[in-house]
Amino acid sequence: MTMDKNTAIETHRLSKSFGSTKAVEDLNLTLYVGEVFGLLGPNGAGKTTTLRMLLTLLRPTTGDARIFGYEIVRQAREVRRLIGYVPQEKSVDRYMTGREHLELMASLYHLSASEARNRVREVLKLVELEDRANELVSNYSGGMKKKLDIACGLIPHPKLMFMDEPSLGLDVQSRLRIWEHIRGLKAKGITILMSTNYLEEADQLCDRIAIIDAGRVKAIGSPLELKKGLGGDRILIELGQGVPSDIKDLAEAIQRFEFVREIHERNNTLEVWVKPQEDAFATLFQKVGNGNYPVQAIHYMRPSLEEVFIRHTGHKIRGD
Amino acid sequence: MNEFAQETTALTWRSIRRLSREPISLAFGLIQPMLFWLILFGNLFKGAAQIPGMQGPDYISFLTAGVIVMTVLNSGLAGGVDMLFDKENGFLERLMSAPISRHSLIVSRFIFVMGITSLQILVMLLVAFLLFGVKVASGFPGIVLTILIGLLFGMGLIALSLSLAFSVKSHGSFFSLLGFLSLPLIFLSSALVPREIMPSWMSFLAQFNPMTYAIDVVRGLILGGWMWGQLAQVILVLLLFDVVCFVIAGRAFRKNLG
Repeated sequence: MTMDKNTAIETHRLSKSFGSTKAVEDLNLTLYVGEVFGLLGPNGAGKTTTLRMLLTLLRPTTGDARIFGYEIVRQAREVRRLIGYVPQEKSVDRYMTGREHLELMASLYHLSASEARNRVREVLKLVELEDRANELVSNYSGGMKKKLDIACGLIPHPKLMFMDEPSLGLDVQSRLRIWEHIRGLKAKGITILMSTNYLEEADQLCDRIAIIDAGRVKAIGSPLELKKGLGGDRILIELGQGVPSDIKDLAEAIQRFEFVREIHERNNTLEVWVKPQEDAFATLFQKVGNGNYPVQAIHYMRPSLEEVFIRHTGHKIRGD
Repeated sequence: MNEFAQETTALTWRSIRRLSREPISLAFGLIQPMLFWLILFGNLFKGAAQIPGMQGPDYISFLTAGVIVMTVLNSGLAGGVDMLFDKENGFLERLMSAPISRHSLIVSRFIFVMGITSLQILVMLLVAFLLFGVKVASGFPGIVLTILIGLLFGMGLIALSLSLAFSVKSHGSFFSLLGFLSLPLIFLSSALVPREIMPSWMSFLAQFNPMTYAIDVVRGLILGGWMWGQLAQVILVLLLFDVVCFVIAGRAFRKNLG
């Protein structure tokens, strides 16, 4: 198996069973250099198992994977030199300072004393922890611990970064900050594979996502592609009471547009399904406005990633 | 510096730093056996222990060797605790995702725990001397040998503790198992009374307890002097104990760190 130099990860029927439970089944993924790729799925879908196999922490039951051309089992040590890891929250040591965490990691990646000094200073600056670097981690907030997590992952200058639920358990403010940092890493050219069960996070950050459920990939694509795949956008036009002829008229007029796929009429409301096309909404809006129809409201709805998720898995990402 | 040395040094320093942040736990680790066994238990049974077969000038001098080896037992059995917490909070995975030799994780634990154990033995001997006038009859070489015997016994215990840390489901079961193991091991050894005056079934079991051997030789060094034949036999027994522990632990290490 040879690999394109633009390929960061390539898995071939990667599978992991624990006893009779199949945690991950026949996973085929290709990650390209420079992209942010998200594994989206509910807890227990097999995301962390997948990450742990690719991180060389867990041996696959069958199948194989390569990271920048190195086999994850046979060439684990080479793989480890190229990757950074940001585990789920709390994988910090409360009895050590932030700086000590980074110095420890620098030693484990065999940096020389002077390299380590520079590198530690650099990543502390990057995650904005310089002021608090000499404090014990037990004084850190959840957001700061996450920043330290990311800083630890950056110590080896990784080409590829693994992030397991990067914003799990963070408040909204901290989550946005972490997202900014992740965008910053991408801008530096670092390839990122992250797992998440937040639809919004996947939508906001990922170039491509794989929807994973019960150990299997259900769909792969960019968030936009996946949404488009559902059959386009929806426009709801609500009309006032007691004008049945108007509604028929309007429906006929709209029907003529080439971007309209289907129209449904119910309770004085027209539900128009349109192809995902930039000017669809504007054109319809104009048409409705020019015709003196008693319009009360117009809603434009693009399918959310949640609808995409439900379409591919048959259930919501979180059982409410 | 080669890579292995760099990793092992960094990991050992981490343990030392953590300990310096939590000196209370070290202090209690030392105070507990001294206060409980040497001072309370020792004084309580001082009168009752005037039994034939008891070596040494008084019960506390007799007990010192037992308390020293008990400390080794407790430190050794607790040697896997930090690894257990690292495993539970995910820190271990962070360490293992780095390109390090898996041996450095283990070796650094041994260096740290064995260092602490040596210090504890020295403090115990000092306290026994200052409070109760217990002198090591075999002198400075005897003190060194006491530490070496302690470490030889401790190594196997650390290996067992580490493999237990990898095998248990949670730290709850780890600590209950330790609590369950440590007192019977102490009672079924020559720590508190010589084997000769134990009930025969307890004496029988105590001869399979490696602790008994470590205690007997240390007791000899403190109370009497050198007994070369006994020393050779004890070293052999403890080496055998270590080999068994390492075989058990090796399996757990390969499974969890491989």
